[in-house]
Amino acid sequence: MSRPGRDDDPDRLYTLTGGRSRADGHEFDLVTLVVSESEPRPGMQSEHAAILRMCRLPTAVVEIAADLRLPVGIVRILLADLLDMGVITARHPRTAPARAQLLDPILLEQVLVGLRNL
Amino acid sequence: MDYAISDAPAARTPLSRTADNGLKIVVVGGFGVGKTTLVRSVSDIRPLSTEETMTQAGRGVDDLGGVAGKTSTTVAFDFGRISLDRRTVLYLFGAPGQERFWFLWDRLFAGTLGAVVLVDARRLADSWYAIDRLEHHGTPFIVARNDFGGPRHSPEALRDALDLDPRVPLVDCDARSRASSKNVLITLVEHLQALASARETAS
Ligand SMILES: Nc1nc2c(ncn2[C@@H]2O[C@H](COP(=O)(O)OP(=O)(O)O)[C@@H](O)[C@H]2O)c(=O)[nH]1
Ligand SMILES: [Mg+2]
Repeated sequence: MSRPGRDDDPDRLYTLTGGRSRADGHEFDLVTLVVSESEPRPGMQSEHAAILRMCRLPTAVVEIAADLRLPVGIVRILLADLLDMGVITARHPRTAPARAQLLDPILLEQVLVGLRNL
Repeated sequence: MDYAISDAPAARTPLSRTADNGLKIVVVGGFGVGKTTLVRSVSDIRPLSTEETMTQAGRGVDDLGGVAGKTSTTVAFDFGRISLDRRTVLYLFGAPGQERFWFLWDRLFAGTLGAVVLVDARRLADSWYAIDRLEHHGTPFIVARNDFGGPRHSPEALRDALDLDPRVPLVDCDARSRASSKNVLITLVEHLQALASARETAS
């Protein structure tokens, strides 16, 4: 598979994020599922509107990044904006990154059943 | 704007309305070892690709408006997904094994259930670094030997060459086969279960 062409012009990325470099106060995991809670409004930044259309059904941060052809870090910032505007909700992974939680036998059994049913 | 946003995730099966828990497994290995092939074999969707840009300092996306390309590194990775049940969706990431990628590991792949190190027996040295880093990060993993034909080493010889902990499972696979790739994932999850129950007994 070849990667689609990207326009990673730093100026463009700077414009998109208003020069911010971090999604302050929000932690979006790669697999946090984003759901839009309203329709795009006229005059909204086009990336914000695109995300709202994309996330009518739950969509992972990483899928949004792939569809927008933007680095994940930039998408996290755009999502933080949308969350602050109250127009999306975020369903974060239920397991904390702590090892102990990831080795939860009930979770693992659930994954195994799902895989065997493939 | 001089660029287009592909708005509709065209023809991609969306997740169910009830999906609310994303899980991660990472497939790591050298270039051309079959990572994307394996992901494609089991994924509900055609693999997608994206990238993360960071500086070696490892903060956020650092100072993109400043001196372009200062010390920022871009790592591309691809991924697919498997809906396991109404609520749970497993994301599979194919990630490069090279050195410059590992400073991103914590940020990108924290919370990963475990990893599959995919190896090509003709180029084992490509996977040494990945195995090293996974051990260092304490991420549970298995090793899957992708079959590209050619002479076959015994599992013992392979373990030796990789200096593999005897408790780490080693399986053969053909990443082009769905059944075989599925077996790789099942082997990993069974290994995680073994680790979980060993932990239970210990405590
Ligand atoms: N013979 C053989 N070829 C494979 C196998 N898995 C992948 N390939 C081929 O190896 C090439 C590289 O695979 P790819 O998945 O792109 O590798 P990646 O760089 O690790 O993502 C492709 O042409 C695949 O068709 C396998 O199990 N056997
Ligand atoms: Mg690939």
